[in-house]
Amino acid sequence: MTCSRRDFLKEAVGGTLASVLPLSAFTFISSEEAKAALAESKVRWAFLVDASKCTGCGLCVKACKNENEIPYDAPVTRTWVERYVVTKDGETHIDSPLGGRDGFIDDKIRGEEIDPEDIAKAFFVPKLCNQCDNPACVQVCPVGATYQTNDGVVLIDRDWCIGCGYCIMACPYGVRFFHPEHKVADKCNFCYHRISKGMPPACVECCAFDARRLANLKDPDDPVTKIITTERVAVLKDEYGTKPHVFYLGLDASVR
Amino acid sequence: MTADVIVHGAEWTVKELFVYPNEFIYWSLQIVMYPYMTGLVAGAFVLSSLYHVFGQKDLKEIAQFSLVFSLALLPVAALPLLLHLQQPLRAMEPLLTPHFTSAIAAFGIVFTVYGLIVLSEIWFVYRKYFVEQVGELKNTPGISNALKRSVYRVLTIGAYDVSDGAIRVDKKAATILAAIGIPVACFLHGYAGFIFGSVKANALWMSPLMPVIFIMSAVVSGIALCMLTYIVIMEWKAFRQRRTGSAVEATEIKGAETDVITKSTKYLLGFLVAAISLELLDLIFRGYTAMKSWDILRSVMYGKDFINIFVLQYALGNLVPFVLLILPGRTLKRTVLALVLVLFGVFMMRWNVVIGGQAFSLSFSGYMHYEVPIIPHSIETFKEGLFGALTVITTPFVLFWIINKFVPSLRREPGENQQP
Amino acid sequence: MKWHVLRPLWVAIALVGSILIARQFVVPDDFGVHGQNFTYGYYRLSNVQEWKDFPVKYRGREYCVNCHAEKVQLVNQSPHEPVECENCHGPAVNHPADPALLLIDTTREHCLRCHALLEYPNSSRAHVPSINNRMHMRRRECAECHNPHSPGEKRE
Repeated sequence: MTCSRRDFLKEAVGGTLASVLPLSAFTFISSEEAKAALAESKVRWAFLVDASKCTGCGLCVKACKNENEIPYDAPVTRTWVERYVVTKDGETHIDSPLGGRDGFIDDKIRGEEIDPEDIAKAFFVPKLCNQCDNPACVQVCPVGATYQTNDGVVLIDRDWCIGCGYCIMACPYGVRFFHPEHKVADKCNFCYHRISKGMPPACVECCAFDARRLANLKDPDDPVTKIITTERVAVLKDEYGTKPHVFYLGLDASVR
Repeated sequence: MTADVIVHGAEWTVKELFVYPNEFIYWSLQIVMYPYMTGLVAGAFVLSSLYHVFGQKDLKEIAQFSLVFSLALLPVAALPLLLHLQQPLRAMEPLLTPHFTSAIAAFGIVFTVYGLIVLSEIWFVYRKYFVEQVGELKNTPGISNALKRSVYRVLTIGAYDVSDGAIRVDKKAATILAAIGIPVACFLHGYAGFIFGSVKANALWMSPLMPVIFIMSAVVSGIALCMLTYIVIMEWKAFRQRRTGSAVEATEIKGAETDVITKSTKYLLGFLVAAISLELLDLIFRGYTAMKSWDILRSVMYGKDFINIFVLQYALGNLVPFVLLILPGRTLKRTVLALVLVLFGVFMMRWNVVIGGQAFSLSFSGYMHYEVPIIPHSIETFKEGLFGALTVITTPFVLFWIINKFVPSLRREPGENQQP
Repeated sequence: MKWHVLRPLWVAIALVGSILIARQFVVPDDFGVHGQNFTYGYYRLSNVQEWKDFPVKYRGREYCVNCHAEKVQLVNQSPHEPVECENCHGPAVNHPADPALLLIDTTREHCLRCHALLEYPNSSRAHVPSINNRMHMRRRECAECHNPHSPGEKRE
């Protein structure tokens, strides 16, 4: 016996531990279909929201719920509109009743009356999934149930999601939620089933004020891409390093 | 369609001011229980390793006990997750398709490895006992004895050599496993801390200190639980013997040994000081750097959660037991009180991290209040409510009782002295 | 060498082995790294097509005009031109096969989405003709007097 029993045991246990990882590595090797998927995509979907055009009608929220089968009365939604009322004393009043699903008919914010004389500025901000370049939600999924497609959209595999909620906690923008019926994570996917057929997302289709527009950043002739690349646009919470791809015109410092 | 349109989290979340529409308290009571239980597992194991690896001989009895108890705690550490998952039937997926960039996926592997280490170590320590039991039960009548014998036969895994040489090798193997197990236990609970500390979206959780804080307080809770259970069991056995006046078996211990308690307490205090220091450091840094989130964090910590954090966790759960344990003339009663408070304090720490991190909205402009479902009126409110938590906390004791029938952790080898 | 020390190791290997074997049966074959990297591209490939096959509900005006050309033309010449048919009529889905009839939302609340007075001076809302909900024809449906397809004209 050249090596001691202790050494042998150490090696054996260490070896098992080490082999657990590379063994599972064999499953990462992809097949021919994967090679096709790897091909450089000519599309990178992005979105342009013009917050100065949004009137808070909420038709986008309603359309999204209908199109994507999100239970209408459930307090969760793939897209929503926020109302900001900044009063002259510097206070910012924000609300989003049911995500703006029924519009903003009431001028009271959470029951509080605001005198129009006191309003310095007021506007609406639609929000949706930013389909980030570095999506934090994808990074933290323990099972590979959410992923980024080669055209930039982040999708969720409903048959594989275990419902742990880590992705929901990891999203800085709060766009994810648990689907009440499917009991898995859910979020806006730019109406992937529509844009893959050349149709606009439902919210873009139903917006009567041209506040929402889809773009393909890889198409230099796309008029929306031209706006994004040549005009002054902003994004939400870029300090998290997620590289969001929903660009805003008419954003304000008070926007959360 | 009205059936099952339950939004997970809506039932127990009360929103205040502006909260994003999709925000609810998704990680509720069971996610508080989960790091708590894994912490107990890690702590129990570290305590047992202090004897096996560092030769702290006065810890031998409690070491034996805490090793087996950590095994009873192990499946219970996974229980809160099963109760929390929206798709519990898919619970094996982190082991089948682990996405290693996620702390939860790596955790699945580490957990399995750790479980194997604990099981193996117990096997090496008790193998001789299993073999002896197979022999003793050989010709005894009755089905229960036959069943018991079968269990022991399986437990030996066919290794019947109990010569001196074999037992020596067993002891060495146990020592090695205990040594390997310490970093794995730290890894295990470091990962639980990493799960929270790496979430950059959450202003309260995001901190490089989180894994270390979790490890320290995990060890504290593990030691405290083992000490407490050990004291309770030993005192009850001694009490029972005194009452019935029955003949004292030479193999039973009479009451909790003072030096065992003293030694364990020293380690407990050390880890407790480390845990508190790190938490205070984190708090001080946040206040000093005053990042964007500081306003809302401050209003949560010094306002809504002041009692939870400063009164229940820091004062009652850390400061008071610390004082109780270092004051001279420490009695067993005082120690028990201190241990209970420590366990409560560690629980509050988990609560303040998990629930506290969801007490404010991502918008930094609103709050969410968590109302624990007390009386369950649906499966959801049972699983993620008080009764779900009670189920989790009582299961290790039930499991320990079952395991202890086959792996007696409170016996002493006949012929051994009281003092090592 | 006391070989019995390795028995727990065999048990461990058997466990890991059974997980890997189970993997072959339970995990779909197309599960793996597709695309850029493991961090963002670890998934089941067939899921992409599943999402592409998700049924479309909203068809857009180009679909309505096939049968309802007159109405569409009327709307196109009115201030309601930017408003999609399906905003008030609901998603067409497979109309006229299914549903045979589309529900029309004629509630006051529906019109108020855009036309409720909100005194926000520098919001685009200021450009939309609005009414004070509490004062103008309370509890009556807007469509009683206003033709949604041609809102400039009042119904008699």
